[in-house]
Amino acid sequence: MTAPLLDVRGLKVAARLGDRAHPILKEVSFQIMPGEAYGLVGESGSGKSVTSLAVMGLLKKPLRVAGGEILFKGQDLLQLSKREMRRLRGNRVAMIFQEPMTALNPLSTVGRQIAEMFVLHQGKGWDEAQRLAVDALASVRVPNPDRRARNFPHQMSGGLRQRVMIAMALACNPDLLIADEPTTALDVTVQAEVLRLIKELCAERGTAVLFISHDLGVIASTCQRVGVMYSGCLVEENETQALFGDPRHEYTRGLLGALPRLGSRSQHGRQRLVDIDSIISDRSKLTETRFIAPRAAEGGQP
Amino acid sequence: MTAPLLQVDDLHVRFPIAGGGLLGGRRTLYAVNGISFDLAKGECLSIVGESGCGKSTTALSILGLQEATEGSIRYRGQPFSGAGGPGRMQRARAVQMVFQDPYASLNPRQTVRTSLSAPLRLHGIKSASEISDRIEAMLADVGLTPEQADRYPHEFSGGQRQRIGIARALILEPEIVVLDEPVSALDVSIRAQIINLLLDLQEKRGLSYLMISHDLSVVEHMSDRVLVMFAGQVVEEGGWRQIFETPAHPYTRRLIAAIPDPDVALRRSERSERSADLPMLDGRAFVADGSVAPDVFVRPAPSELVEFAPGHKVRLAAAH
Repeated sequence: MTAPLLDVRGLKVAARLGDRAHPILKEVSFQIMPGEAYGLVGESGSGKSVTSLAVMGLLKKPLRVAGGEILFKGQDLLQLSKREMRRLRGNRVAMIFQEPMTALNPLSTVGRQIAEMFVLHQGKGWDEAQRLAVDALASVRVPNPDRRARNFPHQMSGGLRQRVMIAMALACNPDLLIADEPTTALDVTVQAEVLRLIKELCAERGTAVLFISHDLGVIASTCQRVGVMYSGCLVEENETQALFGDPRHEYTRGLLGALPRLGSRSQHGRQRLVDIDSIISDRSKLTETRFIAPRAAEGGQP
Repeated sequence: MTAPLLQVDDLHVRFPIAGGGLLGGRRTLYAVNGISFDLAKGECLSIVGESGCGKSTTALSILGLQEATEGSIRYRGQPFSGAGGPGRMQRARAVQMVFQDPYASLNPRQTVRTSLSAPLRLHGIKSASEISDRIEAMLADVGLTPEQADRYPHEFSGGQRQRIGIARALILEPEIVVLDEPVSALDVSIRAQIINLLLDLQEKRGLSYLMISHDLSVVEHMSDRVLVMFAGQVVEEGGWRQIFETPAHPYTRRLIAAIPDPDVALRRSERSERSADLPMLDGRAFVADGSVAPDVFVRPAPSELVEFAPGHKVRLAAAH
């Protein structure tokens, strides 16, 4: 059994307002194996983004970690100093954000922004780093990488900007890529291209991915294992196929029923979509049951 | 067969844009290039396409918020655009719009009652009791309670605000409602509730919907007919079955193939790989398969929308 790359154990995050601490994440635990694509899916406010920010060490006040461990290659990220965390971030753990326009610096060319990664994390000189940046752009299949490296973010389309983000994130060959709604702002055909790119590049390099999305379709088409979050809890976790084929938790069942499925109207006629509140009597009880399926036995251990 | 409620005939919208450079002349942006369609009573017609394809501009023209450069829009056989068209007041009673973002489309300083009573008052209803009755009936129809009428938008959740947006659009009892991405800002569970509500209201009131969306699974679920737009033109038009079961145009197929759908991703249901037979193609090319971004500053090459099966049309390059 390989050791997990990321092992989040009983992570609690609270928001301190006045003298009261409000729980935001309630003991979230999950593991990501090296090279695995793991998806966290949930509706707004379920805590999926807070989870990713906690892993990156980017929680802002009033949010703070109130308990638990985040083990990355066996090392607890919560114990690291800010300086050590900075060295890790962007180098071993990288992140792609939802809005590529706000995540890129508008005053600097994209080539320079990618080159910065090599200078900061690998100690390269600027000249060499600029050359590597062009290679990085080529690797995310940006046409004319030479010319594009001299572009400012506003000169690029949304899809290209997101490719730049991916090039930056993968520049140092991280072990873990966190993708927080990476395609939400994009058109469907561009979204399909960007998802394929992330999938292929990570598979090639053996990068593990923590994929965060509210879109069940995106998660199903990219991840091997999925966790469903509701109100700060991981209520169900399973292999993708099993989770979508045989959802165990009533919230997951409600979510899947609420989704209009492509092709279902031609097969079964127009069915009323499931109103999640009509099948769930009491939302406050949803987090009392959790279904976490054991990982498929690998080397004898569950 | 009754006359269609709304007829759009060869609609063009062009925007003059200041050209590049200091001495650059004016350039023309070709936003909508010859769109024609009919909307029947009680029908849901969807326009799908990606950002910049002209679907919102088309909708704005119908609402009278964007002047058409060429072409005509008729409502119940009467001109509905340009100089001969109706004024704002008459238009408001015929067509209303539900916006994408329920947060931005309500006035934060007005209670729901104020928002809903203003159109009634403007349209000549003076009696306070009638106004209040109509508001209460409207709120009940969209699944809100009369007590909620005196609250402000910030006191509601996203789904509830979209219900208010729908109530605001329907309070004048229009026949046509333009739905501009009505559920794309909402969470999955709320989205299902709003879709169900829209379908119920359509059935109950015999509404005609013109829905603009990029979410093809929602479009398949709700529409009777679908227009696929690319670069300001309709590239394919047909009933929902024709578009989703036997798509003909390569762009339509690309759009459908690009949808991340759990069933397809997991191969639990095979997506139909069939595409329509095109006997009349004889060497004529499809216009724009969507693999290259269009140049919006160039007048599109001549082409025609060819009907190859009843109601199913596809755009081909002009015959030589």
